[in-house]
Amino acid sequence: MSDYKDYLTRQVMLGKMNRREFLGRAAAFGIAASTAGTLFATSAAAQEPKRGGHLKLGLEGAAATDSRDPAKALSQFMFVVGRNWGDMLVESHPTTGAPVPALAESWEPSADAATWTFTIRKGVKFHDGKELTVDDVIKTLQRHTDDKSESGALGVMKSITGIKADGDKLVLTLTEGNADLPLLLSDYHLIIQPNGGLDNPDAMIGTGPYKVASFEPGVRATFEKNADDWRTDRGYVDSIELIAMNDATARIAALSSGQVHYINRVDPKTVALLKRAPTVEILNTSGRGHYVFIMHCNTAPFDNNDLRMALKFAMDRETMVQRILGGYGKVGNDFPINDTYALFPEGIEQRAYDPDKAAFHYKKSGHSGPVLLRTSDVAFPGAVDAAVLYQESAKKAGIEIEVKREPGDGYWTNVWNVQPFSTSYWGGRPTQDQMYSTAYLSNADWNDTRFQRPDFDKLLLEARSELDEAKRKDMYRTMAMMVRDEGGLILPMFNDFVNAATKQVKGYVHDIGNDMSNGYVATRVWLDA
Amino acid sequence: MMESGPMTGPVPTDGTAGEPPRSADLSGVPAKPNPTGEIGGTFWRRFVFRRPLAALILQRLGLSVGLLFAVSLMIFGGIEALPGDFATTYLGQSATPQAVENIRKDLGLDRPWSERYLNWLGGAVQGDFGTSWASKNSVSEQIGNRLGNSLFLAFFAALISVPLAVGLGMLAVQFRNRMPDKIINVISLAAISLPEFFIGYLLIMFFAVQWGVATFPATVYASMSFTERLSAIALPVATLVLVVLAHMMRMTRAAILNVMSSAYVETAELKGLSTFRIIARHAAPNAVAPVINVIALNLAYLVVGVVVVEVVFVYPGMGQYMVDAVTVRDMPVVQACGLIFAAFYIFLNMAADILAILANPRLRHPR
Repeated sequence: MSDYKDYLTRQVMLGKMNRREFLGRAAAFGIAASTAGTLFATSAAAQEPKRGGHLKLGLEGAAATDSRDPAKALSQFMFVVGRNWGDMLVESHPTTGAPVPALAESWEPSADAATWTFTIRKGVKFHDGKELTVDDVIKTLQRHTDDKSESGALGVMKSITGIKADGDKLVLTLTEGNADLPLLLSDYHLIIQPNGGLDNPDAMIGTGPYKVASFEPGVRATFEKNADDWRTDRGYVDSIELIAMNDATARIAALSSGQVHYINRVDPKTVALLKRAPTVEILNTSGRGHYVFIMHCNTAPFDNNDLRMALKFAMDRETMVQRILGGYGKVGNDFPINDTYALFPEGIEQRAYDPDKAAFHYKKSGHSGPVLLRTSDVAFPGAVDAAVLYQESAKKAGIEIEVKREPGDGYWTNVWNVQPFSTSYWGGRPTQDQMYSTAYLSNADWNDTRFQRPDFDKLLLEARSELDEAKRKDMYRTMAMMVRDEGGLILPMFNDFVNAATKQVKGYVHDIGNDMSNGYVATRVWLDA
Repeated sequence: MMESGPMTGPVPTDGTAGEPPRSADLSGVPAKPNPTGEIGGTFWRRFVFRRPLAALILQRLGLSVGLLFAVSLMIFGGIEALPGDFATTYLGQSATPQAVENIRKDLGLDRPWSERYLNWLGGAVQGDFGTSWASKNSVSEQIGNRLGNSLFLAFFAALISVPLAVGLGMLAVQFRNRMPDKIINVISLAAISLPEFFIGYLLIMFFAVQWGVATFPATVYASMSFTERLSAIALPVATLVLVVLAHMMRMTRAAILNVMSSAYVETAELKGLSTFRIIARHAAPNAVAPVINVIALNLAYLVVGVVVVEVVFVYPGMGQYMVDAVTVRDMPVVQACGLIFAAFYIFLNMAADILAILANPRLRHPR
């Protein structure tokens, strides 16, 4: 009940529910009208953002090697830094994941979705006082699509072949139709910089709600409010301080002693302890990130679909979510999409732990002897424990799994995407198309399951340029079934993003897009004295 | 005054009791005859004889340069041997072959390692450590900040721990095998037995979280005032003091006790001097050499070995900087840090030897 109350309150705070709807739903769940009224009053009062104050965040993931250039932003820390000072053309909606206007006011696709016209917002000023023009946007996109670019968005951008201005508008031409193009432009590397950042990519000058006051890589970044911000529904605090805290215990100590207002990356193992502190609130958000066990479909013995099925049925997903994620996550269904994606294919039966079926398929595969699984704790937190849990659940189906612990250093170079059976992690992508294109298209750079199916590829390309949503959803369902029943992916769980804040922090938006309120945490919350 | 005069002389009757353990090495080095026996050799021998201290320093400096080259070569080789190069490690799981290729070409990683090493070395001998591959910042500038922070922390840790350790060591000798000695021993041993991160966490838990009297995290930055800085480093300094105390304290105690068994101390005792006076005026000066060596080692540790403490307290020092760089194989930074660390060790050891010789003039004229 209190969970539901929390949920309702949150919905109200997000502005997703009006008073009538709120009272109706509260009544349906037996919350007395008077209580419900008070609840709405308190949450509605809390909804009124307070301005001012100095917000301090203790974040994991900073290094002395961090680059100021948004094209090269990789760490969690720089992700938040970029969100504070810059804007993209498009943002994603915090709860639906749909594209919403940012520096692009609106957009229009051609019928084949291969040409897109964007209207660029007027009257927006960069931090240095210069007004944003369509030319800045073009230069930015050109910098990120350049073949010589070191941009992290290069993979996303490579289908864009034409970037030009049409008067005040931006026209993008693609090699093939892509209905998801606006969402691709919400990639966090694609911060619009004056003259595209060609003069000085490291200047950290953008159109965001905060100006960079100081930045010491791997140590600390401070921000001051941008008085000329083009939006009023963000940037509530006067100043922000991001402190690099790579040690999990240090983050927890800093939060519980009140030295910072917010920390990221709370270890599920310590959540229970942290919850005891009366001033602390745990903020967990469903995400698209998933922990996986990957088999190469083209390498013996995993080239046998019966063996793959046996290994899929031998996985106890519920236990994994409880033990490895401490309950902060959801079970997976062996395809890399969950209900946080738009056009999620609903109604696919959840695969459950079934030693009998596993044993049946195992026998049918004709395989005997141990199956070698390589793992390391860098694959995902608790990966080695997860592998051992898996070993136990598979034993009951008569399948012997040999767990080999690999060194963390070089795991991504030597084991992942190289060895036939290993543990790994995926961060999810803004769209289903992008997720599948990145890792399941036959010739994808990161096809880490060696899933090569011409019919799948064909369907993926068709869906990409399909503007009819119902048809598209149907195609995604077929693709999900292919990966689920024939692919080399065992996906036991989607992990929640687990962060924590002091109770002073209000207005936290549980954004499904990515961790830390999709990086916008500092620009969206306010401090309640 | 009269009674102490003849006793302060550094001549133990048995000839070995007061001698620092490293004296043999020291005397061996400068006296090594030049095998060619030419004029230069003769000049060097005379120089060694007339100015033994200067000769020692010169020799050590020469040796240091050679050692630094060796260190740089080892670091370079070590990083080469690690799996993955800068391009793949830096981009991690989000590396596209195109981006990896671009970075490799940009940094010249496609060229052989010997060529890259020599290029780097060429810059380094001219004092140019280049720019970080990852952040494109000047390495020298970055190290300037980080080294300053590390030295700041180490300085205050040393300022407290060295006098404290020596004082406690002398105290322990005075009350040898009695209660104060035992208490000092147990506490310092307990402190050294706990890993430094554990001590750090305990201090954080009590002083920052429970009682809220100390500043945490210990992040220091440019715009901080001196007193703010002092308050920020209180907990890490306390941790470091606890960690290095026992080593120095016990060496002081052992060295003094060693001297205490020699004949001239016995004479002093028979003359009826107070225990404190014997320790402070007669025993301690002759026990200085080994103590200096231990102090030098601990000082070096305070600068180069405190990565864990830096991580726990979120302190932006050199150790953290180097670890970040190693993680992504940022060669210019790793090399520069490695060289600076090596230079610290070499310099502090040299200083220890020189001080040992100053404390024991016999070592100046080795036979």
